[in-house]
Amino acid sequence: MEGKNNNKYSIIVPTYNERMNIALLVYLIFKHLRDVDFEIIVVDDGSPDGTQEIVKQLQQLYGDDRILLRPRAKKLGLGTAYIHGLKHASGNFVVIMDADLSHHPKYLPSFIKKQLETGASIVTGTRYVKGGGVHGWNLMRKLTSRGANVLAQTFLWPGVSDLTGSFRLYKKSVLEDVISSCVSKGYVFQMEMIVRASRKGYHIEEVPITFVDRVFGSSKLGGSEIVEYLKGLAYLLLTT
Amino acid sequence: MKHIVKILTLLVAITGFWIGLLQTSVIPQSHTWLLPIYFVVSLGCYGLLMVGIGLMCFPTCPQEALLLQEDITEAKEYLKRNAVDVRSD
Repeated sequence: MEGKNNNKYSIIVPTYNERMNIALLVYLIFKHLRDVDFEIIVVDDGSPDGTQEIVKQLQQLYGDDRILLRPRAKKLGLGTAYIHGLKHASGNFVVIMDADLSHHPKYLPSFIKKQLETGASIVTGTRYVKGGGVHGWNLMRKLTSRGANVLAQTFLWPGVSDLTGSFRLYKKSVLEDVISSCVSKGYVFQMEMIVRASRKGYHIEEVPITFVDRVFGSSKLGGSEIVEYLKGLAYLLLTT
Repeated sequence: MKHIVKILTLLVAITGFWIGLLQTSVIPQSHTWLLPIYFVVSLGCYGLLMVGIGLMCFPTCPQEALLLQEDITEAKEYLKRNAVDVRSD
C-alpha cells in the first residue's frame, strides 16, 4: 500500500466450532495485512470444540491487543454477534468476514485500497463480476443463487451486484447506524444491511472476491433457505 | 418512500396507460385486451433469460481452491512451529 494510512481496522469474525479455521484465518490475515493497523475480534458463541482455547494460543503468539476474544455463552445469531463485536471495536473502520475460509484475507488490501481511493462508506465483496467467482457449488446451488439474485435485482433495485455476500468493510459509524435498524437473521440479514444502507444513501463500492465453499466442517445451510429468502425479500419490499 | 410504493406507482402508471389505450382504441381493442398477458409473459421471459445467462456465465474459480490448499499447508506449518494446536481431530 502506498502512502500513509492512519486508519485502524477492526475485523469482526463470528465463530461457532471453527477451531481449525480460525487459526488458519488469523495467520492469513497477519500475512496479508502487513503495514496496516488492525485488530481481530473473535465473537465465539460458546463452541464446544475448543475454538476459544485456540484463540488464546493465538493471543500468546500474536498479542492480546491484536486478537480480542469476546465470547458469548451460547448461539445467539449473526446480527447480534456483529453488534457484540462492534461494542469492543477500537478502529474507525470495521471489516466483517466469515471464519470458514470461504472469504480469503488476501482480498483485504483491495477493500482498504478501494475505500481510500473512493472515500466510500461501505466496500462490499462481490462474486458476480470479472475477477470474482465461486468454487464448490453444484448446479442447484448456482441456480438458486442466480434466481435469488435476479428476483432481488428486479424488485429491490439495490444498486449492488451481490446482495447476500458477507465480506464487507464499513465505516464504523455507518455500520452502527445501519445495524441498529436491521432485524433479519441468517443471510437475509446481509441483504437487509446492504439494502438499508443503499436506501439511506450511503456511498457503496464493490470489489471482486472469490468464494471457495468451506473446506473444514460442514456447510450450515438448511433446506428451508429458499422460503426464508422469499420472506426476507417481501419484508424488504414492504419496509425499505 | 417505501420501495413497494415505488413499484405500485409504476404499476398504476402502466395500468393507466393501458386504460387510456382501451378508451381511445388507437390499436384494435382485441389486441389491447391481450397486452397485460404479453406484459406478464415478457416479464417472465426476461427473468428466465437473466437466470439462464447468469448460469451460463457463472464465474468459477477452481484455481482458487488449489491456492487455498497451499495457504492452509503453509499456515499449519507455521502455527505448529509456534505452539498453536492445529491437529485435526
